[in-house]
Amino acid sequence: MLRKRDEDVVVMTQNTRNTPDEVTPRSEVTARLLRELVAHLRQNRTSLREEWVRRITEAHLLTAMTKEEIFAEATSVYDSYVAALETGTFEALQNYARNLSERIIPRGVETHEVVGIVLLLRDVLARSLFAKYQDDFEELNRILDAYEPAANRIANTVAVGFVQERERVIRQQQEAIRELSTPVLQVRERLLILPIIGVIDPQRARQLTEQLLRGIRTNRAKVVVIDITGVAAMDATVANHLVQTVEASRLLGAIVIVTGLSPEIAQTLVTIGVDLGKMNTVGDLQGGIEQAEHLLGYKVVMMAEAG
Amino acid sequence: MEVPILKQGGYLIATVQAALTDADLLQLRRALIERVVQMRSHGVILDLTALDVMDSFASRTMNEIAHMIRLRGAETVIVGIQPDVAFTMVQLGLTLEGVATALDLEEGLKYLNQKFKTARN
Repeated sequence: MLRKRDEDVVVMTQNTRNTPDEVTPRSEVTARLLRELVAHLRQNRTSLREEWVRRITEAHLLTAMTKEEIFAEATSVYDSYVAALETGTFEALQNYARNLSERIIPRGVETHEVVGIVLLLRDVLARSLFAKYQDDFEELNRILDAYEPAANRIANTVAVGFVQERERVIRQQQEAIRELSTPVLQVRERLLILPIIGVIDPQRARQLTEQLLRGIRTNRAKVVVIDITGVAAMDATVANHLVQTVEASRLLGAIVIVTGLSPEIAQTLVTIGVDLGKMNTVGDLQGGIEQAEHLLGYKVVMMAEAG
Repeated sequence: MEVPILKQGGYLIATVQAALTDADLLQLRRALIERVVQMRSHGVILDLTALDVMDSFASRTMNEIAHMIRLRGAETVIVGIQPDVAFTMVQLGLTLEGVATALDLEEGLKYLNQKFKTARN
């Protein structure tokens, strides 16, 4: 009951603002105007679409696509746009936007381009409405009242759809990088190497440790060489992660050798007072592997010497 | 649940088969330090493969067992700690300092054999 009254109040105020003599409820008026609008857009489909594509090309948007492609996409966007205005439901448009984003993101289309073309379409359509109703200012006002909220919502839907799709792609790629960046490699029976390259954040450190521990178990490793030549900087948190990794590996019965500590890292670690005393460190990867082979009882001999 | 302690040559093998209460842990400790001399064993293997949780009390008790057994003249090796358990333990600062560890029972036996071979030489 209360709600109903509230709606009436809203309608009243809006009517007083725009057209004092209007008595039909606002939603009905909007529906009628939208119907009129949709009819207008259907009628002028070809010319409006062409105008839109012309504006897109003029603004140098979607440069990654050919003119034909832009025209084809523009047609679909235009039709979904009109359909969204007509039905007032945005699911179809949302799906289309997601689908479109999926296709154009790999081609390097940027967010500003997508937002730009949707806003251009809005402008083109608004212009056509001005042209159509220029003699009847009252009617133009009413039709813009109906058009603007719907158009803004459509622009919003498409932009959000694009950004969401982009974020999904980014997340997926981050995941892929993370997977790729922590290979645990077996170089000999019971000897694993774990080359670390790039920045280690706590999340990656955790993942590294988990992967290494799993690797130790599945490969039945006895010695692990962690090579950090590719790590540019290390702070106390990361150093502690490294210590934890070494200790956890030991609990599984594996010895860890850390190689490739750069002079900078060595200085930082000593300066900030991280205790790496328990860690087995060797200058470079080659030395690390040699020591690991020694621990495992391997002896590498040149074929000529072995006779 | 009581932990079975098996004699295998010169070694004792205690295989934990389910989660242990604090009382079980103390019972295990008592049984091992008693039996190690009784059976004239020189090595003890504690197999924790079945454990998927290890709290600080359990960890401390394992540590104590290892050190007590050393005082009784034998060596201890803890085997079969699961990767997840190892990671959690380290994060809690439970690193079993000074206690030998190995991947599994086989590795543990190999470790003890190695140890006593070098000791004899």
